Parts: sequence; C-alpha cells; structure tokens
Amino acid sequence: MLVSINWLRDYAEIDVPVEEFCDRMILSGSNIETVEPYGTKFSGIVVGKILRIEKHPDADRLVVCSVDVGEEEPIQIVTGAKNVFEGATVPVIRSGGHLADGTVIKKGKLRGVLSDGMLCSAAEMGYEDKVINVLIRDGIWILDDSFVPGTDISEALQLRDHVVDFEITPNRPDCLSMIGMAREAAAVFGKELHYPDTSVKETHGDVKDYVEVEIRRPDLCPRYTAHVITDIRVEQSPWWLQRCLMHAGMRPINNIVDITNFVMMEYGQPIHAFDATSVSGKKIIVDAAKEGDKFVTLDGTERVMPEGTLMINDAEKQIGIAGIMGGLNSEITEDTKTVILEVANFNGDSIRSSSKKLGLRTEASSRYEKGIDANLCEEAAERVCHLIEALGCGKIVGGRADVYPQEQKAVPTNVRVSRVNHVLGTDISGEEMEEIFKSLEMTCVTEGDVITVTPPTVRQDLESEVDYIEEVARMFGYDRLPTSIPQGSSVARLTHQEEVRTRTRNILTALGLDEILTYSFVNPKSLDKVNVTQTDLSRRNFVRIMNPLGDDSSVMRTMLTPNMMDVLAKNYAKGNKQAELFEIGRIFNNVPINCDGQPAEAEDLCIGMYGEEADFFALKGVIDEMLSRMGMEGSVYEAERNLPMYHPGRCANIIYNGELLGTVGEIHPDVAERYGIGVRVYTCELLFSAVMLHAKSQIIYRPLPKYPAVTRDISLTTDENVTVGALEDVIRENGGRILENVSLFDVYRGKQVGEGKKSVAFALTYRDAEKTLTDEEVNSVHSRILNALNDQLGAVQRDI
Amino acid sequence: MQKQLITILEETKNQLSEADSPEAVEEIRVRVLGKKGRLTEILRSMGGLAAEERKTVGKKANEVRAEIESLLEARRKELNLLKKQAQLAAEVIDVTEPGRVRGLGVKHPVTQTIDEMSKVFMNMGFEVVEGPEVETVFMNFDALNAGPNHPSRDLTDTFYITDKTLLRTQTSPVQVRTLLSKEPPLKVISPGRVFRCDTPDATHSPVFHQVEGLVVGEGITMADLKGTLSEFARQMFGSGTKTKFRPHHFPFTEPSAEVDVSCFKCGGKGCKVCKGSGWIEILGCGMVHPNVLKVGGVDTEKYTGFAFGIGVERIAMLKYEVDDIRLFYENDERFLKQFK
Repeated sequence: MLVSINWLRDYAEIDVPVEEFCDRMILSGSNIETVEPYGTKFSGIVVGKILRIEKHPDADRLVVCSVDVGEEEPIQIVTGAKNVFEGATVPVIRSGGHLADGTVIKKGKLRGVLSDGMLCSAAEMGYEDKVINVLIRDGIWILDDSFVPGTDISEALQLRDHVVDFEITPNRPDCLSMIGMAREAAAVFGKELHYPDTSVKETHGDVKDYVEVEIRRPDLCPRYTAHVITDIRVEQSPWWLQRCLMHAGMRPINNIVDITNFVMMEYGQPIHAFDATSVSGKKIIVDAAKEGDKFVTLDGTERVMPEGTLMINDAEKQIGIAGIMGGLNSEITEDTKTVILEVANFNGDSIRSSSKKLGLRTEASSRYEKGIDANLCEEAAERVCHLIEALGCGKIVGGRADVYPQEQKAVPTNVRVSRVNHVLGTDISGEEMEEIFKSLEMTCVTEGDVITVTPPTVRQDLESEVDYIEEVARMFGYDRLPTSIPQGSSVARLTHQEEVRTRTRNILTALGLDEILTYSFVNPKSLDKVNVTQTDLSRRNFVRIMNPLGDDSSVMRTMLTPNMMDVLAKNYAKGNKQAELFEIGRIFNNVPINCDGQPAEAEDLCIGMYGEEADFFALKGVIDEMLSRMGMEGSVYEAERNLPMYHPGRCANIIYNGELLGTVGEIHPDVAERYGIGVRVYTCELLFSAVMLHAKSQIIYRPLPKYPAVTRDISLTTDENVTVGALEDVIRENGGRILENVSLFDVYRGKQVGEGKKSVAFALTYRDAEKTLTDEEVNSVHSRILNALNDQLGAVQRDI
Repeated sequence: MQKQLITILEETKNQLSEADSPEAVEEIRVRVLGKKGRLTEILRSMGGLAAEERKTVGKKANEVRAEIESLLEARRKELNLLKKQAQLAAEVIDVTEPGRVRGLGVKHPVTQTIDEMSKVFMNMGFEVVEGPEVETVFMNFDALNAGPNHPSRDLTDTFYITDKTLLRTQTSPVQVRTLLSKEPPLKVISPGRVFRCDTPDATHSPVFHQVEGLVVGEGITMADLKGTLSEFARQMFGSGTKTKFRPHHFPFTEPSAEVDVSCFKCGGKGCKVCKGSGWIEILGCGMVHPNVLKVGGVDTEKYTGFAFGIGVERIAMLKYEVDDIRLFYENDERFLKQFK
C-alpha cells in the first residue's frame, strides 16, 4: 500500500519528520517496505514556456526551442521530442542540474546549435512509466498553463513528498485505504482523524426515475447502492488529483475514472460506473450466472462465466461481473452523458472463487476478496458525488437507490483488564487500555475489570478478546513490554532419532565425507536413469504432487540414489576431482498409513563417491565403520548380481540380523555414462530408519587381556569362486574359544598360483583369557581349522 | 716387558685416534683386550716372571689396561655422538612440504545451523520433536487457525498431494501434534523441512528448513516470549545483540511479532548484510492463538503459550553471507568444503 505522506496529511496532521513517522508506525504494527522521496531526486528543473519553435538547420529530427524560464532573455534548447508546441508549458532542466537518475545536463552544442538545458519527461523526473498519463508518456511532460515560468518545478507542482510502502497484513484490509492508514497514524501520534468532505450542494431530480436496484442473491451481495450523475464532462483531472494518484502508484486517465480511483484509495471501496443509456429497463439486478453464460468484459475478452458467478444485470442482459470487471456493453465512453454509479458490497469468498475460476484478478476483486465494510458504500458514493460537483464535471441526481437487507453492526467484545495483563506480563491500567481503544475510534463501557469495546465496523479483524489484547500490546509498544524467562525448569535431550542422525553425521564426516541436502521431490524418470526396473513396484509407488513446479519435481522421492547421482554428476562436470558425499533424508511411498491418507515416510542414508581414493572397499569400509559405531556389528555382504543400477560383479546386499539393510556397489557403467561421469562411481543406500531402530549407544567395558596372544599366519590356495567371507566363516566356526581374531592381509592372483585360483592369507590371533596358551593347544585348533578349510572349501595351505 | 706395555698403550692410542666408527673401536678392543689380545697375552705370560718383577709389571699392566679401557670408552662415546650427529644431519627435512591428512568431511551448512540453533534452545530446556513432511490439510492450516480462504492455502503457494494432504508449509503442525499428545507444561522445538510453491531463484527455494518452537504453561506471558527470543539472539549472534519486536500478523499467534536483531556483521552501523538499516529480520513469533490451543485440547483460561518460527537457510545466508539460496541445494564440493 503506497501512502503519500502529503496526501495522508489531508486526514491526520502528521507533523513529525518522516524517519520518526516510519519508526513509530512500524512499532505500532504498520510495517514498512520502502520509503521513496519524491521531488528531490533531481535538481535545477523549473517551469518553462516554449515561445518559439524553429527547425534545426542541420538535423531533420531536431528542433530549436526558445524557452521562457522566467528570466529577461529566453534560453535556447534543442530537442528531438515530437509532442512540443509553441505555447506549451514544460519542465526545463537548466545547465548544471541533474535528472532523477543522476545524469548531469551540461550546456553544449547539438549538431552545431547551442542547447542550454533540456526539456524533461515525467520519467526523467523519477516517475515510473505505469503512473504517467498516456498523453505525455512518450514525450515531454506538458504542464497546465497556470504555472509561472521560472518557478522551481517541485515548488510549482508540489512534488516534494515521501511515499511510504506499507506492508498490509491480510487481517487488516481496512488499512488498504488512506483513511485506514490515517486512522492508524492519528492513533499513534495522538491526532484527530478528519474525514473527507462528502457534502453535495445541489441536486436535481430523483434517482428513482433513473434506476431501480434488486438483489436476488443477498447472501453474495450484502449491499448495493446506485447514484446517478448527469451532464458528465469527461476531461483531464486537475493536477492535484493526478499527483495524488501518481504518488499512490496509479495512472491518471480522466476526471471520472480518476475520481472513482481517488475515492477507492481514500476508503478502500471499489466503485464502478455504467453508462446509463446502455442499462435497459432502468433496472439493476444482482444475480448469479447460469452455467455457460458468455460475457464480454471491459477489456474486450469474451469469457464463459462459471456457474454461480455473481453478475450485474439490467432488465435484459448482463452488464458486469460483480466486483471483478464491468462489461463492454455498458462502458463509459467519450459520449457518455449520464452514469449510474455503483458502490456495492460483495461477498469476499464469492468474489475470490469467481476471480480464481475466471483467472481474472483486478484491483476491485482483490479488495473485495479481503473483505470490505458494507457501511462504507454510502460515504464513498457521496464522496464521489462531492468531487464530481466540486470539479464541475457532472450534475448530481438527488437521492440514491440503496438495497441493504441486513445492516452490518459492530459487535462489542468484553475485554478483561486482568487477562490483558496476564497474557502480556504487564501492569497496564484499565484507563490506559481505554485510551488506546478510543484512539482507534472504538467505544468503551467499563464495569470493574471488564471493558466492553465496540470497534468501528471497518475493523472486521476484531472478533475476540485476544484481538483486543493485541491492540493494547501494539499501541502500548512491544518495546515497552517487560522481558522475562519462563518460570519452571525443564530438561531437554535429543530424541533417539536425532541422536543417531547426529552420531552418523559425526562418523561420516570424520571419515572424510561431506553432507549434502537435496530436494524431496524428483522427476519420476530419475528412476529410469538409474536403471530401477519397471517391476520395482515399491520404488515406483510414487506420492504425486497435484500442483508441481514441473516434471522435474512432480513426485516425492522413493530413494535417494538418483539425487546423489545428480550431485556427483554436477561435481564431476565442474571438474571436482573427487567427491565423497552422503545424505540422510526422507523417502516416501504411496501407502496410506491412516484415514487422512498420509503416505508412509521413512528415512534413508545414501553415500556416493568417485575419485582416486574411491572404490568398492573404501565405501564398504565407511559403511562398516559407521555400523560398528552404531553398535551394529556383524552385518553380512551377499553378492547381488541382479540389480541393473550396479555393476553386476560389484554389488552386494547388506544383511543385518537377517534383514536387508541396503545395497552397495559400483554404479553400472551405463548409468554413470548417462550421468556424464567418466570415472567409476560407488554408491550405497541404507534404510536409515532401520539403523535408527537398531542403533545402540550403550558401551560396556571388557577387561584387557592378562595373558599373551599367539599369532599364526595362514596362506591358502583356493578356487577363484571361494569367497573370503566363506573362508572366514570356516575359520571362525572351527576356531573355538581361543580364536580371538581373524584378519585378511593378502589376496594374490598370478602365475604362481595358477589360472582360476587365488592365494588368500590371514593372520589368526589365539588367546586364552585364563592362562598362557601352549604350542600344543594352538596347534590342535590351528590344524583343525586347516583341515576344515581343505575339506569344506578345498583350500590348500601354501608354504609361506 | 714394561716397554711392551707402553708400546701397546701408545699403539692403541694411535689406532683409536684413527678409528672412525664404534665398530672399529670394538675391533681394537678385541685385538688388545680380547681373549687373544696383546695385553691379555702379556698378562697371561707374566707367570714366568720373578715375584718382584711380576708385582711391578702386574701393577703397570693393570694401569695400562685401565687406561686403555677408559680410552676405548671415551672414543666409543665420541664416535657414537658423531654418528648420531651425522645421522641427524642426514635426516633434514623440508618442513614447508605439505602435511598429510585425510581431511574431515563437513556437515551441510543447513545442518550446522540447525544444530547450533537446537543447542541454544536445548540449553534453555527445549525438547526436540519431529513430525511427518506430508501433512494433513487440517494440521497444516485449520488447526493453526488459517481460515478456509487464507491465501497460503492457494495452489500457487502450497504443494498438495490430495485435497486432504499436502507438503507441510511450516513445521508448526508438529507443535499441534505435540499439544495433542502431551500435557502442558511443554517446551519444544521442531526443526525440519518445509515446502512452498516457489520457483527457485536467489532468494526462494521450494524446499527449505525451519526451526519452530512452542512453549505452553501456566502464566506464560509475552514478556517470556521476549526474554526467551532475546536470549536466543544473544547466544546465536553474540552477547551484544539487541532485539526489536515489531507487531505483525500470523493466523496462529496473537499478539504476533516479527523480530529484528541488531546487525551482527556491523553491530548496527549499517552495512551490506543489513542493507544499511542496522537491523536484520530473523524470525516471526507470538502468543499462541487460543483457537490453536483449543484444537490441542488445552484449557485456554488456565494455560497460555508462545510460539516462534525461524527460517534456517535465511539465518545461514546471513551468517555466512551466502547470496544465493540455491547454492545450498547444488551441493558443489567447493561450496560445502567452505563450512569446515
């Protein structure tokens, strides 16, 4: 809401500097986005009168003007503007002055002819295109002849002003008006609020003879008033009116339109005018459209009316979409002599719904949507009549048509002084509260602790006691409220889930991985990109977004790997030589978990890496270390050859406690290629929900061994297809009580062991917690292990 | 014989002075004092001497032996020292060569910011609660006092899954769930992801994070709200941080406020970060609307409460001077690595 301070002074005497005005308005709840100074951004611009225009001797497109700037001698200015004429009053910037954008104008020659200054456009004086009258938009600003040459332009046009852009919250539509803002300002600065003059000196005839109003849908139209004005003369508005509109961000058009816009800005009440001659049967009927009705709006577009759209009709036809846009068939034209002025109140929800269905949002509709006080109609209409009479652009017909079936009255609310203080933590007296309410034009009746407050009807946001508590708080000043810390102690701790997440992040970052965060929604095709099969129904059971931003974010992710691949690919493309990343995030599956239809949410952990240090076992090491730190030891890796996302020979399922915890592997080269990654990529996706379920945080100390350990190395030759895991299993099964540890230290393939064979070497540690082991004891177990390896897996011991 | 002894002594001295390693010294010792050493042989051959002479020679021989031993020892020490010095001299390294480390990874800056905020609130006794990201329309809007026509419900603002479910636009629904499942007094924060229909640009992201908080109890006042959030601001942005509470409007709180903090980059003088104003808006808050407490089954006469919501990315952007929110979701290593 753009508020010109100069205009605001018409209603409340604001006598503080603009900085103080802004600070105090902000602290009372009228937040400010920007403050724009007007009339001071340029310098050296005066009123000039063009005395004579001559052709430029050497340039077809330029003319040489002799301009009276209030000095003895006129000055000479060369211009290329098309709209100048002899006798025109225009803004002239003198040499040495600067324009609103900072450009300094210097005396100089244009194609050999001296030019001592420049004629200015409104844009050059800092006005935006959208507020400049179309008559002068593309040329020099042609001013009213009444201005005296040589006068400072800001002085003459009274341009010096500050325009404050207030952020109006949705609960305060009353503030979308000059009077609304003036009411706030008057309360803040302890001033009286002056309402505009609505008096009309002279009327003729009776509205009844021109129009009759009928509301067929009082539920959608609480009030409809019509005034009639005859002898309309459409012309340009006086400068003061144009200036008010321009500073409020609106373009002046002509007197009739400008007056209705001006009054709309004053009261926040939309106003529409019909050409009376095109309203047949002297009737205005407010009724809902039937399905399929077609209607051509002011902008010349034929629209199909959604059923139930509230329409303004005459005796025969539709002439306007209520509260949204008038019809082309009843538009005001240059020939219009008599207008019917509609000042009505429409149901906000109905207007919002129609406007949405029509895809047509106007200044009027957006105001109705937010809610307008039906009691404003009368005053606003009279104000329009007053201005039309005062500006001499029409004659007012006596009386008005006014259908207002159920007058809207303000509802009083009981406000307990004690409750206000209880909520605010203050000790404000009842008298002070009353003063606050009264400053906002509310009436008060006090009985003991209770103040019964009745607000002005424009304040539709005030419904219950708590709303008045807010009024007291904001007018008293939040800065003056005391400060305390809540009473009573409480103990906080992380939830188990958050603790596990934090621990996981700590471990993974300690292992050198960086955390990433990606969007929760993806393109459903991202699954194809990572080779998830069409038959993987759980991954493809998407939670779909009804109104996505686009295909790329149309479904909720069912896994994290595609996002991880995107991030790895981006890093690769940017030339980052290595990346080792992880993400903990939610995944979604379209399985309703309750009657509200909320889908199943789970959490996954995804790890991805490429680069010099990345390989399957580096990734596996990260997973093992993480699981071990979660107290989840003993997970098993089973080779998985059938997941097309991965390299068929380099993929495993991770099994914990007999359950699938996730998969890990080298990304299939085809997939990596699809992502444009030219190196091997390794990823893993774990059910983090399961990790959170199984993670343990308790640590129990084991006594340190008292007796020495014996270490024996074994080197075995086996067939290539015998896995290290299988060998280890046999060793552990046969190691008995005294086998403390098995660790792989070498795998060798080569000529010495022969084709299809490999050599695997382990270090075995034996220890007895109770005594020092003898050679015999170790030998017996060790040879049992060797025999078992040979019997069960055909592994033969090699000489070391 | 005495002459011989003196010769041995002199010769040993000469040899020792030429010996250039502890090993060479040892060889000399063996040659002189070893089982077959020259001095040992002399001592052994003394049996053939007259008693008187044996006494004299014996004494002399022992003196020579003692002297040789001490010479050997001295030379050995000297050579050991030289050897060590030589070794150390040979082992000079260039200390300006880079160190070798497998660097720590980094937590995402958004996570770091959430952790930091959570820590501050946990120190004030707030418990962390979580809830679903796909919420019901009821929990996200109705329960939070957003009327049926509240603009935030528009399809242009909120992502819907069905007409009853949506991607939560705030983490406040978690607070309603908490009110429904726990009795006051309570003090919770709910950090998490939220979603809005915003096309990504430098200041908008369809996915972002919030930390929202709720305190409900007997006698909780707006003064408590001011005190708690001022303390949060001081802990988060420095002990000299000032706060400004401005009236605002949110459906689920009344009275409502927006909070500005004195700029933590320039201390309030005015800079690029605070756009010259000296103040930075960091959060929205207010006293919980009685309608919200009612949905949670709370006796609104007995209990009052306050709530607040903070945008995590916004805080992270201000703190780290990140000028484009999209960087958080692009996850470029060169970006992430800066948040060590």
